[in-house]
Amino acid sequence: MESDILKIENLSFSYHTLNGETRTLQDLSFSVKKGEFLAIVGPSGCGKSTILSLIAGLLEPEGGGITFYGADGKKPGIGYMLQRDHLFEWRTVWQNVTLGLEIQRRMKPESLDRVKKMLEDYGLSGFASKKPSELSGGMKQRAALIRTMALEPEILLLDEPFSALDYQTRLTVSADIARIIRNAGKTAVLITHDLSEAISLSDRVIVLSKRPATVKGIFPIRLTLPDDSLLAARKAPEYSEYFNQIWEELSDETQ
Amino acid sequence: MKPNETNGSAAQRSYMARHWRHHRSVRIARIVILILFLAVWEAAADAGLIDSFFFSSPVRVVTCFLTMVREKSLFVHIGVTLLETVASFLLVVFISLAAATLLWYSRGLSEILEPYLVVLNSLPKSALAPLLIVWLGTGIDTIIVAGISVAIFGAIINLYSGFLQVDPEKLKLVLTLGGNRRDCFFKVVLPASVPTILSNMKVNIGLALVGVIIGEFLAARRGLGYLIIYGSQVFQLDMLITSILILCAIAMGLYQIIQIAEHRYRKRT
Repeated sequence: MESDILKIENLSFSYHTLNGETRTLQDLSFSVKKGEFLAIVGPSGCGKSTILSLIAGLLEPEGGGITFYGADGKKPGIGYMLQRDHLFEWRTVWQNVTLGLEIQRRMKPESLDRVKKMLEDYGLSGFASKKPSELSGGMKQRAALIRTMALEPEILLLDEPFSALDYQTRLTVSADIARIIRNAGKTAVLITHDLSEAISLSDRVIVLSKRPATVKGIFPIRLTLPDDSLLAARKAPEYSEYFNQIWEELSDETQ
Repeated sequence: MKPNETNGSAAQRSYMARHWRHHRSVRIARIVILILFLAVWEAAADAGLIDSFFFSSPVRVVTCFLTMVREKSLFVHIGVTLLETVASFLLVVFISLAAATLLWYSRGLSEILEPYLVVLNSLPKSALAPLLIVWLGTGIDTIIVAGISVAIFGAIINLYSGFLQVDPEKLKLVLTLGGNRRDCFFKVVLPASVPTILSNMKVNIGLALVGVIIGEFLAARRGLGYLIIYGSQVFQLDMLITSILILCAIAMGLYQIIQIAEHRYRKRT
């Protein structure tokens, strides 16, 4: 049994406006294991993104807490990938992928060498001095991933990072990015509304209830992969069984 | 690769040809209108249809211009007006950027100051000119302040609302990378607002010129505004109309300079 890297206990959160209070999360508890790829699915508007913002420290919980178990007791580094790539058009690709290092004043030769290596590994080395608009959708998403990975986070939060891509690109890029994250040995928390994406990419799927969100069910995913093709996960014999189980769990909520 | 008329398919070549033909005919039409206007003006004055004492004529304007050039006084007037306009413009750019930045940093401050900015912006600034003369005298600084007063409040409001239009998700990105509000401003808000700043500058250079001319009407011994008022007082309408035409040329020239800067920026990105 691998150890937890973060544990969420009885987490509660509400958004406040003059029109009243919107209870978003209610007594939410789950934990993420080190090196695991966790997917969170739930009805739209159930507060999935709020969970990531709380983990990243952009919002403060109203009740309950999040405990981190980083290496040597420190809080692990957290990287966050947003829905769109948000590469800045006034910067070159290189200036974009080093943005985090620049902000944190960590433009050291060894960090820059690592970024350069990542650009090479992910097929972007020829594009370092190009503008983001000259990249394809998949390349932009990879550049956004390099920007996040440049800060060497232990946990990656992925907030539907593939939702802006067209379907075909989405299949390739999501498999691509998941592979990169696994090979780097990072822990990932993926938020998605796409069940097939959740099942094919992750080790565990958490299903949330509608607002205020609580954990509805947890599904460990074990797929027997027929080959190592792009669609392998979707061709696995267990795939449709998982799909139906999660689908039923979710449709209880949307009715 | 730049498209030109020597490559591409026949359809592309014919499209390019149509495009340039259209472009050329617009330019020719513009010149024809100018020539026609000048010709009708001159002919009407020569035929006595309009009194050339009041309406002047192209020939009289050119003669007046040449006389003023010979007397050298014209360059002093043009120089003074240009200097005052450029000085007010630069000060407007600097002050409005600083003020809009301050408002962006402090939401409280911007909420408190909003009604004041709106009132000051809608106030006709020519009403302030007599007050400025009493306070500051009739020197060049009065004129520069008059130029600033016309443009400054609109500039602050425009820049600030431009700053607010920056995608909040981009600011969130900077926060997720460990940045603070200062990083948000310098890495996102400011670079994303360069087009707003440039288009704001195009408006401001014109407004600064308006303010400077108002100031010169009331409180100057030099400058094109003074020349216009002086021309009307001594009934030298040739001088008045010549000054107005020079003003046209200056306004166009200043606008073009910023237009070129904007074009350069667009090409670079």
